Amino acid sequence: MSRTFLIIAEHRDGKLRQVTMEALQAAIEASEHDDRISAVLIGSGVEPLADELSAYPLSEIHLLDEDQFLTYNPETYTAALGGIIETVRPDGLFIGHTAMGRDIAPALAAKLQAGQLSDVIAIEKIDDSVLFTRPVYAGKALEKKTFAQYPWVVTVRPNNFIAASRSDHPPASITRVVSTSATPLRTIVKDVVRKTSGKVDLTEAKVIVSGGRGVKSADGFKPLEELAELLGGAVGASRGACDAGYCDYALQIGQTGKVVTPEIYIACGISGAIQHLAGMSGSRVIIAINKDPEAPIFKVADYGIVGDLFEVVPLLTQEFRKVLN
Amino acid sequence: MKVGVIMKQTFDTEEKIIIHNGIISEEGVKFVINPYDEYAVEEAIRLKENAGGQVVAISVGPPRCAEALRTALAMGADEAILITDDRIPHDEYAVSVVLAAYFADNPFDLILGGNFAIDTGAGQVAVRLAELLQLPHVSSITKLTFISVERVQVERDAEGDLELLELDLPALFTAQQGLNEPRYPSLPGILKAKKKPFQQLSLDDVGIDPNDVQAKTNRAELFLPPVRAAGQILQGDLPEQAAKLVGLLHITPRPGGTSL
Ligand SMILES: Cc1cc2nc3c(=O)[nH]c(=O)nc-3n(C[C@H](O)[C@H](O)[C@H](O)COP(=O)(O)OP(=O)(O)OC[C@H]3O[C@@H](n4cnc5c(N)ncnc54)[C@H](O)[C@@H]3O)c2cc1C
Repeated sequence: MSRTFLIIAEHRDGKLRQVTMEALQAAIEASEHDDRISAVLIGSGVEPLADELSAYPLSEIHLLDEDQFLTYNPETYTAALGGIIETVRPDGLFIGHTAMGRDIAPALAAKLQAGQLSDVIAIEKIDDSVLFTRPVYAGKALEKKTFAQYPWVVTVRPNNFIAASRSDHPPASITRVVSTSATPLRTIVKDVVRKTSGKVDLTEAKVIVSGGRGVKSADGFKPLEELAELLGGAVGASRGACDAGYCDYALQIGQTGKVVTPEIYIACGISGAIQHLAGMSGSRVIIAINKDPEAPIFKVADYGIVGDLFEVVPLLTQEFRKVLN
Repeated sequence: MKVGVIMKQTFDTEEKIIIHNGIISEEGVKFVINPYDEYAVEEAIRLKENAGGQVVAISVGPPRCAEALRTALAMGADEAILITDDRIPHDEYAVSVVLAAYFADNPFDLILGGNFAIDTGAGQVAVRLAELLQLPHVSSITKLTFISVERVQVERDAEGDLELLELDLPALFTAQQGLNEPRYPSLPGILKAKKKPFQQLSLDDVGIDPNDVQAKTNRAELFLPPVRAAGQILQGDLPEQAAKLVGLLHITPRPGGTSL
């Protein structure tokens, strides 16, 4: 029997987020050839993004483009997306495991009385069932799970599925939907302070330059920022650095921070505590810079440099600049 | 004001994971309150200390969770409820339905929980509960301020951006790191905790038919990630090492950032 999958498209700074194409790829990997995959795009002034999205292998795009959707509000978004779900009746819903996805997926799952698997990193089909791989204990172990019944909800960890490519078929049809919000709004968004505007998102970054207590001050992050910027990457941190007030908790990587899987992770002045390793040991290549040759971070690093980070990081920036120019 | 804190017990973050007979071994493991739930407990106690009221800590889980609830009582919660029943599966849908049944009979002004549990990493139960109870919610908050008796302002951490929201109670919030610094239970607190009300409930007590909490997901396999072997420590003077490393990486510039 043919199924319908729905992906919730996300955007940021006027662009479709990479994780949207990754969620689409996840849906493709879970699907059979007669399944339909549609998308819903929600925001304000996002029509051009719907056109862009229509080039991807989707059968339909539901467009919710209204002023009230300018910023994410759990109440308005849940009501509007809930409305779409009632009409589309998807068998599977795919969302990025992002700030928005983490918040809205369980609300929609509850509405649908559906099971949810969060933070999925791989999908495989065996006979008739679809297996979803996801980390537990912040990646200290992995599990493969199945759903007992339809419908189901999946959140997809950024950076783990290859992004779906555009299709050469005619563009997907775009259906404009007008939301009908019945209940009075209880939640209002007063302000959004963009601290990350224009920067590469930590969970989506291909390169992360991360600093620990060894960075010693907020200023000490400067050489790391420079290297990250050169490589088009993002800056992360250990809890040690966050606790010391050198940077925002939003940068924290680890068991109680973000779990990241970049292609290159450069740990500078980070000892490699088990809670930190939990958040980054899925990175493809790990580079450690630490002046203590006994630091546990070297046990997981592919390449280690024993030395003062304030000497090593600028040297690396210099060398990378040579090959990039 | 009545504040409910939903919390679970998890492995201490120091613990290594050992799989034995297809499940994660709990032998010799140190258990703690899930770190995010600890922020929720602390915030609830602070609210009570500032404005009066009552804090009830509620957990759904195996009997060992009683210990985590006792810690919450020792920190300053007034009452603890443990809903424990072998018929409740390890499934976020099921747990949220059980909690919703409890809260439907026991209304609160404010429900606090953790942003996610560091064991399952699912981050579903609290938000599902809000939806089931038809309460507004904000997840991942780093600040909670009362602007009137029943209206609050919260700061939400959204992947590094800060969102400022206002809403009326009753409502549900999940705690993010940065909300507060949880206290350690004091010795008098630990002694007092022993006399505080502690109720253990079964599915029947909350009026749930086991058929209504069948798991929506099943685990097919559990395994450890491939062990990361230590790689090479580069040699030579630092400029040489830096050049060597860059040579080893073969990076290519791409529009979305550099790739291997
Ligand atoms: C419940 C709980 C949850 C936690 N969650 C997390 C988490 O999510 N993420 C996390 O990271 N931690 C977490 N931790 C904390 C963790 O246990 C460590 O304390 C923390 O990771 C240490 O940070 P650090 O490596 O920056 O600091 P340290 O352990 O102090 O290490 C600093 C390192 O810098 C090196 N160094 C100093 N100066 C220089 C220099 N000039 N050049 C080069 N190297 C230098 C030192 O040799 C040392 O190895 C958690 C702890 C608990 C209890």
